[in-house]
Amino acid sequence: MKDMSYNGVMSRKNEIMRTAVGMDYSLFERGKIAFDYEAMMAATGYDIDELVRIQGLFSVGHTPIIELKNLTALARRCAPAGKGARIFVKDEATNPSGSFKARRSATSVYQAKTHGYKGIIAATSGNYGAAVASHAAMAGLKCIVVQECYDSKGIGQPEIIEKARKCEALGAEVVQLTVGPELFYTFLKLLEETGYFNASLYTPFGIAGIETLGYEIVHQFRAKLGKDPDVVVCTNAGGGNLTGTARGLRKAGCSAKVVGASVSLAGLHMASDTQFNKKSFTTGHTGFGVPFTTNPDRSDVPRSAGRPLRYMDRYVTVTQGSVFYITECLASLEGLEKGPAGNTALAAAFKLAQEMDEDQIIVVQETEYTGAGKHINPQLWFARQNGIDIHFGDPKDEVPGKSIILPEHPSLIDVTDVDMDHLRHSRIKNAVGDKIFELTDTDIEYLVAETNTDEAYVNAVLEELKKGAKA
Amino acid sequence: MAKKGDWVMIHNIVLKPEERSANLPEDTKKVPLEMWVKGYLQSDAKLGDTVTVITRTGRTAVGELVDEAPHYEHSFGSLVPEVLKIGDTVRKILFGGEAK
Repeated sequence: MKDMSYNGVMSRKNEIMRTAVGMDYSLFERGKIAFDYEAMMAATGYDIDELVRIQGLFSVGHTPIIELKNLTALARRCAPAGKGARIFVKDEATNPSGSFKARRSATSVYQAKTHGYKGIIAATSGNYGAAVASHAAMAGLKCIVVQECYDSKGIGQPEIIEKARKCEALGAEVVQLTVGPELFYTFLKLLEETGYFNASLYTPFGIAGIETLGYEIVHQFRAKLGKDPDVVVCTNAGGGNLTGTARGLRKAGCSAKVVGASVSLAGLHMASDTQFNKKSFTTGHTGFGVPFTTNPDRSDVPRSAGRPLRYMDRYVTVTQGSVFYITECLASLEGLEKGPAGNTALAAAFKLAQEMDEDQIIVVQETEYTGAGKHINPQLWFARQNGIDIHFGDPKDEVPGKSIILPEHPSLIDVTDVDMDHLRHSRIKNAVGDKIFELTDTDIEYLVAETNTDEAYVNAVLEELKKGAKA
Repeated sequence: MAKKGDWVMIHNIVLKPEERSANLPEDTKKVPLEMWVKGYLQSDAKLGDTVTVITRTGRTAVGELVDEAPHYEHSFGSLVPEVLKIGDTVRKILFGGEAK
């Protein structure tokens, strides 16, 4: 009889994952703390052409690029003379399940189907669940989606409830939980019980699938405008979106700057029962973005394939009120009604465009579907019901969990830079753990790649950490 | 009273407060981890009974019957007048007063 207690199941984590992903992560471990990231990515066996072919089987990809001419004009009204880059968006909401997550899911479902799994499980409260459910339906696989959905009073986030509805509409079983990281315990029990494939957001299959997004952007711009974009902005949460897109850009030989953008939820604890319904964004926020950037291996697989710090040139935050505002601008000025969370990068791009020259190009690489629950109106209404003070003013005065400040004027939309040096320092510290005095050359090389820096930088941080360790 | 074969929702306590992970904020530590699952009821029952259901993937699950006909009520919410003002403001900036 298997031990089904919390500790009993958690102690079988590695063996459950090996069976459920069909990948032995220990093969990639190197040195004391390092692992061979590229070998892990290559272990999928899918190159970019094969990824495009697989996604084609699910009618995923080849989404349109739309120039946001009116939003660009509005940005130029707010910018110094000669500034205001052309803003484009890749309309990922036109994928069958309504978001870029379709790219992430198609490869996982294909892998599960071709390797004889009867079903597929994903732990997600977001658009990814709909993507997995959609592809499972196409492939004739069973599908379970596990969601963190309610607070202890049984009040659900409207956005997550809509995701549950959509997953069920596509034939999936949805298991809903209250707030807490022990969702992972339920997830492991279900994997063990069913023998289904773990469509984790963070396997190489998922992340490789997003590479086609970056790859398509480059080829679309070359065909349409004869040049590459200058900046690509990615909404950043668990890191996979940015990682996959950046890898795709590079595979197409494009050197555009990659900027991560998250909604600032500073001060709110993601595992707090009472704060769960005080936030208006359930993804794309700093509560995931920062910890997953500095410690990507906190996910549901031993080594995450989403490693954003390797690829991001800059990381900025925007306020909830600014994202809601830009979402309404997209509807009112461009005739495009999309879900707010996917517009996080758009709010950032609106400001970043104002720092760039008029002949430059900035691309927002996603949109997401909208509907009851996941739309600016119900989300603001829900916030107001939860005692959040919503008013016009200067977004810099917004306090997450207490207020949502809609910009009085679009020129007040701003970005706040996250200190890259601090992120890199933190990444090195987290990666090193208690092995600070045992590191090999392989480990140093790994830390250089993890932080996108050089040996001198890494060594300087390590010296600092050593002083702290001795003291 | 729910009948055998009805589509219902069941509820379970996955972890009691004292069984929860040590690494939690104080407010979350005080409450249990709860779970809701939907499925076809396997025998007639009333709300509050411990029942067995078969889920859409064919799993058997046991729990307390909490809803006899679960459905969705999420919506587009009540009027949030600020949303209208955003559109009016940016249209006015770009296209002038008459576009209002």
